[in-house]
Amino acid sequence: MYPNDFRYTKEHEWIKVEGDEAVVGVTDFAQKQLGDIIYVELPEVGKVLEVRQAVGVIESVKSVSDVYSPVAGEVIAVNEELNKTADLINKDPHGKGWIVRMRIKDKAAVDALMTVSDYEKYLEGLEA
Amino acid sequence: MKRTRLYEFHKKSGAKIIEFFGWEMPVEYKGVIDEHIAIRTRAGLFDVSHMGEIMIQGQDALAFVQHLTPNDAARLAPGQVQYTALTTPEGTFVDDMLVYCMGPEKYFLVVNASNADKDYAWIVDHKKGFAVETENQSDAYSQLALQGPQALAVLQPLTELDLAGMKSFHFAFGKVAGIDTLVSRTGYTGEDGFEIYTLAPNPGVIWEAILEAGRPHDVLPIGLGARDTLRLESKLMLYGNDISDKTTVLEADLKWICKFQKGGFLGKAVLERQLAEGLTRKIAGFELMDKGIPRPHYPVFVEGRKVSDVCSGTFAPFLKKSIGLAYLPIGATALGTEIEIGIRDKKARAKVIPTPFYKREKN
Repeated sequence: MYPNDFRYTKEHEWIKVEGDEAVVGVTDFAQKQLGDIIYVELPEVGKVLEVRQAVGVIESVKSVSDVYSPVAGEVIAVNEELNKTADLINKDPHGKGWIVRMRIKDKAAVDALMTVSDYEKYLEGLEA
Repeated sequence: MKRTRLYEFHKKSGAKIIEFFGWEMPVEYKGVIDEHIAIRTRAGLFDVSHMGEIMIQGQDALAFVQHLTPNDAARLAPGQVQYTALTTPEGTFVDDMLVYCMGPEKYFLVVNASNADKDYAWIVDHKKGFAVETENQSDAYSQLALQGPQALAVLQPLTELDLAGMKSFHFAFGKVAGIDTLVSRTGYTGEDGFEIYTLAPNPGVIWEAILEAGRPHDVLPIGLGARDTLRLESKLMLYGNDISDKTTVLEADLKWICKFQKGGFLGKAVLERQLAEGLTRKIAGFELMDKGIPRPHYPVFVEGRKVSDVCSGTFAPFLKKSIGLAYLPIGATALGTEIEIGIRDKKARAKVIPTPFYKREKN
């Protein structure tokens, strides 16, 4: 369910490192909690983000929630598809439902995040 | 925390459970949008056993109901249902509710779950001088609602009641899936449908029988999430959001439930004065023109000035647009008036549109 090569946050974002860049999205657990997603507010390309700064907003029928950047960096691309079909996040949260691509400042910061086994244990704790 | 007698069925169906005014209730099963569309196009089944039921009996039962409510309960024959309110002396809402006339001296009130205890206390407090017996039967009743254009076709095979012959806002007693029930042609979705009340300890029999009978029609169990979006598309009021003890019946655009000729009722003088002098504000429906979803408590602006907060607001799954209700100064309630809704740090453009937002085609 949760890819091995991603790292995860307690707020249910995932990050996948590709060289100096990384892709960020929200996890399957997050999309299930949110329910049917209607809109996603995306940041401007070029925006410089601190760690844990809001990178976007997800509006579902029931709720609205911020998405935070797992690490510091600069936004180099956003998933424009989400402007037309926001529910890609519901359908494929770890793939086509990605939110931003960023150039990361410090790779070591990613290593400090939860691994897949940490995250799955964390979810078990939440669901218990 | 309270659970309905159907709680285990919800868990088994994979429902997401939330707390709702002290109740653990299913908010969604398959997803709000799928469930909403099921009701508009096919049918769906709700567990609304958290609703409150209050019985009023005795020789003054009608006079007492007339005193408590603005609508005219004298127009009800046994077997008829009426939408009305419990009003304060200020013409505001203690609650909104349905009144079922079970006989000349027997009236059955169906009230909001969140208000059942408050309503019952209010009723008991006002019964002095009326020869009536009151009973709060909220915990004894389970209530299911089968709603949608195919509700009749799904339910009819399970009962000997003549459902096709049952008019809107009428009810009858009979068995459904072998269980004693009261069935009324009422609902909170804007669609045709039935509400089924039972005192039986095993309402799960009805729940399962309806879902089984509904399988060829792809009938879904429906949670409170879709219940809210459905009722809002149809501009059915929600106590606590759209109406409260701070809003009068007229401000809530419910003049049609005020029957001033019927005699006295709590709040009548204030409402008559408001009618004569004219309202200063009224609830209005709006549609968002910019991207975003208006939600309860978001600020509402008219000509740049904050005038109120959003009462109810949502993305409307059938209409596929963002809609909401808000109290506006009377001058801003004209159709087409442009207003703004504060959504986080932005102001989104909206305009006043006709309500109900959705109205089914009646055959």
